[in-house]
Amino acid sequence: MRATENTAEARRTIEICNACRYCETYCAVFPAMTLQRAFTDEDLGYFANLCHNCKGCYQACQYAPPHEFGVNLPQTFAELRNETYEEYAWPNGSGRLFERNGTIVSLAAAAAIAFVLIAIMALRSPGILYAPQTGPGAFYRIVPWGVMTAFAGAAFIYAIVAMAIGAMRFWKDTQSDLSGPITLKALARALHDAATLRYLGNDGKGCNDLDDQYSQTRRRLHHLMAYGFLLCFAATSVATVYDHFLNWPAPYPVLSWPVMLGTFGGVGLTVGTIGLIWVKIVTDPAPVSRKVAGGEYALLTLLLLAAVTGLVLLAARETAAMGILLAVHLGIILALFLALPYSKFVHSVYRSAALLKAAIERERNKPLGE
Amino acid sequence: MVDLTHNFDVLVVGGGNAAICAAITAREAGASVLLLEHAPKPMRGGNSRHTRNMRVMHDKPLSVLTNSYPEEEYFQDLLRVTAGNTDEKLARLTIRQSTETFEWVEERGVLFQPSLSGTLGLSATNAFFLGGGKALLNALYNTAARKGVEVLYDTEVRDLIVEDGFFTGAKIVSRGFPATVKAKSVVAASGGFQANIPWMKEYWGPGAENFIIRGTPYAQGRILKSLLAQGAARIGDPTQCHAIALDARAPQFDGGIATRLDCVPFCVVLNNNGERFYDEGEDMWPKRYAIWGRLIAQQPDQIAYGFLDAKAEKAFMPSVFPAIKANSIAELAGHFGLDAAKVENTIREYNATVRPGTFNGQKLDDCRTEGLTPPKSHWAQTIDTPPFIGYPLRPGITFTYLGVKVDENARVLMDDGKPSANMFAAGEVMAGNVLGKGYLAGIGMTIGSVFGRIAGKEAARYARN
Repeated sequence: MRATENTAEARRTIEICNACRYCETYCAVFPAMTLQRAFTDEDLGYFANLCHNCKGCYQACQYAPPHEFGVNLPQTFAELRNETYEEYAWPNGSGRLFERNGTIVSLAAAAAIAFVLIAIMALRSPGILYAPQTGPGAFYRIVPWGVMTAFAGAAFIYAIVAMAIGAMRFWKDTQSDLSGPITLKALARALHDAATLRYLGNDGKGCNDLDDQYSQTRRRLHHLMAYGFLLCFAATSVATVYDHFLNWPAPYPVLSWPVMLGTFGGVGLTVGTIGLIWVKIVTDPAPVSRKVAGGEYALLTLLLLAAVTGLVLLAARETAAMGILLAVHLGIILALFLALPYSKFVHSVYRSAALLKAAIERERNKPLGE
Repeated sequence: MVDLTHNFDVLVVGGGNAAICAAITAREAGASVLLLEHAPKPMRGGNSRHTRNMRVMHDKPLSVLTNSYPEEEYFQDLLRVTAGNTDEKLARLTIRQSTETFEWVEERGVLFQPSLSGTLGLSATNAFFLGGGKALLNALYNTAARKGVEVLYDTEVRDLIVEDGFFTGAKIVSRGFPATVKAKSVVAASGGFQANIPWMKEYWGPGAENFIIRGTPYAQGRILKSLLAQGAARIGDPTQCHAIALDARAPQFDGGIATRLDCVPFCVVLNNNGERFYDEGEDMWPKRYAIWGRLIAQQPDQIAYGFLDAKAEKAFMPSVFPAIKANSIAELAGHFGLDAAKVENTIREYNATVRPGTFNGQKLDDCRTEGLTPPKSHWAQTIDTPPFIGYPLRPGITFTYLGVKVDENARVLMDDGKPSANMFAAGEVMAGNVLGKGYLAGIGMTIGSVFGRIAGKEAARYARN
């Protein structure tokens, strides 16, 4: 980790928090904090990624602005988190993509859509985009199966590799203790905490997602989005198996696994992303970082477009619009996969790693002052 | 917009826990309620914003509270800290109603958490607010808004208009504009006067300028003074306040919990003249921290300096301000502007009297001085290993004890011993009835909630009849 203005501000703030500790049961950050009395830049980067941005600590803070201590942990951590994304991004230098991330993700999406459309027109015939295609293999008459799979597969594998390297860099940099065994219990705890968004839930009480009242709105919307995304991914995986191993090419009937999974997933993703954009617009702006908002809106919008174009493609797949719709949908999916390691999406990777580190530490240590 | 020409049933003066509990209770009883808070919204809540728990009687495990805490044990704890300076009838009323009141605030949206690290000894007696007092206030203000309590921030009540012990209205300044509001009854929940430095100087002299006020700057005691001037009976010693040792670098107001310093038992504490003045290791810190504010207030310039060395650095939790470090005692003394030769001499004398022992910061250990005046009875280690570490200390005032006398219906008692018909009091402004001396963790919030509810209920009852 580099020492920056944000690490200095995070250290100043967390030292106030460690002398106060009123927020100790809000989330995993504060119990992790109480294990130490001095904080390295790496510790602070770890805390920033452990923070779920529930804003409970801000709304409860006796030192929040206009108090002269000016403690605003959610905002400070959001900005530091973005710096850790820059810091750990692979390949080296690509972290700069996290600066002005909203613009970059939007441009990438536009470029990918344009690329797919132009490639189809150049490599096939332009007319193929406007003619209705039906029956087995309809999609592949627009974009051949091999090309579709090669591009999507390569982009996806690249994203996985880049994010895995980022996670390893984070793990190493925060001096996560790999020397001892990572117990099954710690792993299960971390997985559970990540999958249930435990720290947006506060044992069923919710978080301060909109204002100083507790609600489950953001957590539920995030579940719709995240599990919607996973269902869509499952739909694609099942379709790949049908096509490649069972020799049953798309399109599939409405009551088939790929379409059902994709439809439920698409609806979840649509409702979830629209809801989360709404939460961002109406939430109390005080604990929010405007610097990172662009990248957050960009990823939400890209996910929303992926879902909506997928659903529209399903609805209109037997009409003449199918060709264009497929091209746009594939363009967005390509953009999404390429942008993943350089978008807000990486929070899922670092957050999970931070939760695992917290679960391991919880097993091994007791807080100071007890 | 709040219509200030409206004749409200109940006027609540103040915006802390007692005030908001009174407002909600009166509103639930059907009264129209106006609450006037001096602070702007982000700083609302008086000293309650710095609190973190309430002390609750319970006969069996209850919510986050473990084991039991029966009435008698609670009362004996109170008797011990107050040295009998309590009205037994009101104290037992507070204790008995604390259980129901805890459930009442929980039903009104306040979330609780198990006791915090470092406070595990309180898990059977104190219920901790999730996130602390400000989160409690958020929940109660939201409940009050939902139920239709009218709240005005940035609104100071300057004076109560009282005729023969009967309240008729209040002179206020709301966001800079003076006005008079009328109401059928009033609940004074306006806190103590610790933030009123000129008033503090009446008892403490010019030295009060050097006091740090741990809580809200809005505790000016205007309403307390107004009530006392208009015939309300007083309770509590006006010269007394709860004062602890604080990091001298703390802000003058609102520094809250994070500016306290737990280093004293492991230090040698010197005054401006480079001399020791009290046994730093007399007892465990939780039993002694509240006498150190007064001790420091009695030193020249109301300041003291804790000296320790590298050996003791990790024996206590860090405060919010970094320790001041130096390679020699003289350098550290110089940093504080003290006479280096004098300080070196004091430390040398101290070091010579330290007897060998086994250091243990968690209990009364056998590390002590012999033949030193004043002695250091525990945790005495030689100060000889650089880096040498220092903390500047000031008296930190938590609250004052002076208040108005009340009866069991929270009615303000007048000098003739008769209760006012329509003036009620709750919170710090009357806490001296129950807590006349000393402090018991979490009892301030309990008194505030219990008497806030009683005052709200009785004020509404009076107004609605």
